Amino acid sequence: MDLQYTYAVARVRAKEVTLFNAAVIDQLLACRNYEQCLQFLIEKGWGDADTPLEAEAILACESEKTWAEVRDLVKDMSVFEVLNYPNLFHNLKAAIKLVCSGSERTDVFYPDTVPSSAFLLEKVKERAFGDLPVMMAKPAEEAYEALLHGRDGQLCDMIIDKACLQAIRQAGKESGEEVIRSYSDSYVAIADIKIAVRCAKTGKSADFTKRALADCASLSTEALARAAANGVDAIREYLKTTAYAGAAEALEQSPSVFERWCDDRIIDSVRPQKYESFSVGPVVAYALARENEIKTVRIILSGRLNGLSVASIRERVRKMYV
Amino acid sequence: MEVLNNMGIVFGLLGAACAVMLAGAGSATGVGIAGQAASGVVSEDPGKFAKVLIMQLLPGTQGIYGLLVGFIILSKIGILGTPVDVTVVQGLQILAASLPIGLVGWVSGKYQGVASAAAIGIVAKKEDQFGKAMLFPAMVETYAILALLVSILSITAISVG
Repeated sequence: MDLQYTYAVARVRAKEVTLFNAAVIDQLLACRNYEQCLQFLIEKGWGDADTPLEAEAILACESEKTWAEVRDLVKDMSVFEVLNYPNLFHNLKAAIKLVCSGSERTDVFYPDTVPSSAFLLEKVKERAFGDLPVMMAKPAEEAYEALLHGRDGQLCDMIIDKACLQAIRQAGKESGEEVIRSYSDSYVAIADIKIAVRCAKTGKSADFTKRALADCASLSTEALARAAANGVDAIREYLKTTAYAGAAEALEQSPSVFERWCDDRIIDSVRPQKYESFSVGPVVAYALARENEIKTVRIILSGRLNGLSVASIRERVRKMYV
Repeated sequence: MEVLNNMGIVFGLLGAACAVMLAGAGSATGVGIAGQAASGVVSEDPGKFAKVLIMQLLPGTQGIYGLLVGFIILSKIGILGTPVDVTVVQGLQILAASLPIGLVGWVSGKYQGVASAAAIGIVAKKEDQFGKAMLFPAMVETYAILALLVSILSITAISVG
């Protein structure tokens, strides 16, 4: 029992009341048009007084608010680092691609990563890969070589993506927090399933798929790669024998249902934190729930803007945490 | 020899100190834990102040029980009221009688605070469940009351003087 988070958890419980539940999402879906959706969000307290009435501005403001709240609640933010790994590794990938292509663009990075995108870019430029965090050093060098000399962008992406998944898995294994262990295992397994499906659809060999997959506690990468070489149906058959049988059903329905299942599975992995009172878990779950909520609202707004039918948008709507 | 003759009252005082200190420490810890949770909720929703304050106060009773036993002991050994002679054996008996409320008050105070903090989480999300939520930490109180009864019964049964 970790009593240092008693205040934070109680505050999160009070905040959870304001999270969107399925009924609120239904109300948002019932809005007649895009403008009415934005108005609905403003009425729900989304955005600030000076936020323009634009989807991305409102959503960015909500994301910033969430992380400001989390920083306010938790002194030691190291436990949240793992949630930022995908952005961090994206920045590494972007830095390598910028350096190899000689581009000077700066709008391709995610902000607020540790280390910063400027640091990553500088180290890649200097080829000082040893100065990068241990989890990044070797993959960064390999990816750089693959892109610079082999001109193989796909291999570069694969190396960095796999390194990201391995870092997430390692962070989960080393974490003393159940929520991080559960999140990292689900995240890596779901990413592996997505990779396998992509490889199956693009006809990659079992060896290539195996190379792209990161080891995971709840899936056999060997079996998944073999299944991927035999097509999506074989992946579904394999998944039915694992804890991810839901993915098999989702794959059978449609790609958007599968994508939704992937995000729902992450939220399901942190759902037990609703009943936890004395650990950082509920704060982590709240942060993920807010990100999930923002993502869902983005899907609805984007669907509305592009004239998708309500049924089609609803198919993509994620499961809410509360 | 004179020191030994006066040890009875010293043990009696030690008993009073045990009851007050241990039970008080338990309550302080429990109220502190529940107070953190209460502050968290009130910072987001000040309207729940009254309900979470009641939850926070629940672990405070152990300290009061310890104080009550302390007063009874002080009265019994003549520190308050008419002075009496307390033998070493009687002093040790009083010390032993103070232990139930001292130890149980200490442990139950802390854990009642933990249960209160969790119950405050229920009130934070479902204010209408206040009654049910309060029952969970209140259950811990049972054991503090049992210990209080045993301490009072024991102390009153000890004949002094």
